[in-house]
Amino acid sequence: MSQIMNPPSSSRIKVRPATEREGRKDYITIKDYGFWYGQKKALDAISLDIPERQVIAFIGPSGCGKSTLLRNLNRMNDLVDGISHEGDITINGRSIYDPGLEVISLRRRVGMVFQKSNPFPKSVFENVVYALRVVGVRDRAVLEEACETSLRKAALWDEVKDRLDDSALGLSGGQMQRLCIARAIANRPEILLMDEPCSALDPIATGKIEELIHELKEQFTIVIVTHSMQQAARVSDRTAFFYLGKQIEYDTTEKIFMNPSQAQTEAYISGRFG
Amino acid sequence: MASSSDSSTPRGEPWVWFTGLGLIIGLGMVLGLLTLVILNGVTVFWAPQVPVAQVDDGRTIIGQLAQRRIRAGSTAENPRYERQYQVGLRELNGNSYLWVDETKIKTEVFPADVLGLERVEHGPAFVRPQSLRKSDGKVVPITDPAFESALQAEVAAAAAVREKFEEITRHRIGDVNHEMDEARVALRRAEDLKLADEIAVRRRQIDGLEERFVVLKAEAQKIVNGGAVAVLDSKDAAGREVAIPLTQIVRAWFPNRLDTWGRTQLFASRLGEFIFDEPREANTEGGLMPAIFGTLVMTVFMSLLVTPFGVITAIYLREYAQNGPILRVVRISVNNLAGVPSIVFGVFGLGFFVYVLGGSIDQLFFSDQLKYNNNTPVFGTGGLLWCSLTLALMTLPVVIVATEEALAAVPRGMREASLATGASKWQTIRDILLPASAPGILTGVILAMARGAGEVAPLMLVGVVKLAPTLPFDGNAPFLHLDRKFMHLGFHVYDLGFQSPDSDAARPMVFATTLLLIVLIVCLNLGAITIRNRLRARFKGASF
Repeated sequence: MSQIMNPPSSSRIKVRPATEREGRKDYITIKDYGFWYGQKKALDAISLDIPERQVIAFIGPSGCGKSTLLRNLNRMNDLVDGISHEGDITINGRSIYDPGLEVISLRRRVGMVFQKSNPFPKSVFENVVYALRVVGVRDRAVLEEACETSLRKAALWDEVKDRLDDSALGLSGGQMQRLCIARAIANRPEILLMDEPCSALDPIATGKIEELIHELKEQFTIVIVTHSMQQAARVSDRTAFFYLGKQIEYDTTEKIFMNPSQAQTEAYISGRFG
Repeated sequence: MASSSDSSTPRGEPWVWFTGLGLIIGLGMVLGLLTLVILNGVTVFWAPQVPVAQVDDGRTIIGQLAQRRIRAGSTAENPRYERQYQVGLRELNGNSYLWVDETKIKTEVFPADVLGLERVEHGPAFVRPQSLRKSDGKVVPITDPAFESALQAEVAAAAAVREKFEEITRHRIGDVNHEMDEARVALRRAEDLKLADEIAVRRRQIDGLEERFVVLKAEAQKIVNGGAVAVLDSKDAAGREVAIPLTQIVRAWFPNRLDTWGRTQLFASRLGEFIFDEPREANTEGGLMPAIFGTLVMTVFMSLLVTPFGVITAIYLREYAQNGPILRVVRISVNNLAGVPSIVFGVFGLGFFVYVLGGSIDQLFFSDQLKYNNNTPVFGTGGLLWCSLTLALMTLPVVIVATEEALAAVPRGMREASLATGASKWQTIRDILLPASAPGILTGVILAMARGAGEVAPLMLVGVVKLAPTLPFDGNAPFLHLDRKFMHLGFHVYDLGFQSPDSDAARPMVFATTLLLIVLIVCLNLGAITIRNRLRARFKGASF
């Protein structure tokens, strides 16, 4: 149940009180983490503990490094030439840079949803079960079950159950993005990364995805990058504010929006800069 | 003086005209070429009226007008023309074609009894028939209304006999010869190795084959000699008696009697022969079936070779290779390969594919063949496989560049989405990138096919011949004979145009063959474009 508050710094932002659930408080640990694109330092001295099965929002103006940090959690930035890092990121106690840990298995545990929906030019069914296909699942019954479960979790099942064999490219924008969420959760990852998942969607589709995030956090730890203060306030339990590659403030969403300790955070949330 | 910057004239305008002019010139040249080829190519099969002309010097000419041109030496204001007639009857006239000064022609009439004949030997003939001695002994005079139907019936009967004869000499005796060759090689090997059993078996086999050969030959002889041969008695333009046995006649028609429907039928029949039959008379008559087949098989085979090669190379270059000076050098080399003259590829194909590769294959797998068959090479000489490989090498850069561009054009999001679900790089390439870039790859293959199908120069070195006795495909295992030499439409054009003993007779065939080559390439491309569009339709909407 959300409530409306009128704090001095941020007018008309709904803040959900943080929900505490069981689970590791330091499920993902980012410690003194710095990151370079070539000579350019994109992240500097980031230290965060992300608890299990909560929604963490990364906010900050464009170019502040929030997407970079998110994309480092599943090492998607490995695709970029000339990157380097310092410090460490651990998930459930194990470093993601552990040489014994294959990037592929990391990515199977850390799903990702992108800013622009990017379904494959395949059928809806094949899109959802892609992650299972790549690990070699052939059993049709298993695939069908996983497809239905994922689509139900992504609140898309009722809309597409009769057109599973149609091309995914025929879906609407909101449906495509929910399909991408279904695809990301089909192989039951532990963590779901969302990089501005609603920035290309209309308010109704956005609402659906936000509802979905509430339901998904029962099972997944969700890290979401967003430009919308309202969205961060509505969906997240904890919020981190970044500026120019530095982590300015990280606390419960309630605290960040109602009573930020840093002047920069307050200025950004109230729309005075950024 | 006003500076150009505040002039009200839009300054780019002349350039629009200039670029438009370029387009017009280009289009004009292409359309001109097509019109020339189509007009000259199609009219070859159309039978015009055939005049009987009286010339000043007392000669009479019966012939089909071939061309008309201004006489050398006459002025432009007062041109004098001369005409070339195809008079046929080469064995009597010495030459099939005749130039006549137009002013010297006294009269020109189109009598209904002029008969055109296409013959198995000595080219066509234009005569005035007198009577037909039928095979049953009856004589039908030209005045008999049943003359034409009787003539056509005899022509058809003669054609059936020729076909039976062909079937025996070409195919059945050909098969026997093929087995005989193999048996002889095996016998020589057995004798060399002193395998007594084998020698006996092979000797028996060869005796059996020789018996079959004699039987077949007798059968063929019986077909030729069996029954009386019908003869057409006619007079030529000069009034000389000409007796032509019907076995010599492929087609007969009354050019001045035919209505449009009759001419259309004749046209269709000639076109059919052109496409589906084998050549006669040093390639100047008959059909192009072996050349069409050879071009088609070679082009398809080349595409099958170049596509995997090019795609695999492009995947490595685009997806796996480290960006750096070496990669840049490789890219530049690949692009330069596209600019190398095709004859260079021919020389390379001959030097490497034929002599080195083919020679090694012969040494390794056909050593018996070499040793016991007078050193006759199998793969160590030009052939279909080497032609396809040479052209595949030549068109490789086209496919590589197209594939690299197609891979680069796959949206980044699709690649990331696949990797983010835990797919490996190879799985991403195989399942996502290749299907998504298939239309672009096919565009490359289409360009490669268009270039390869029309290429002649390198093929002359690595396996195309003027006249191939056998198709590269027949009933003897392994059915597709990649080692065989074959005929090719492009080479056929060159051969007809520049190597033919009778260039006048070859001229129309050059145009017809050119037209056929163009049509074939268009068909191949249309096929590939259809496939590409189907693929594209599957990715419609993938616009992110």
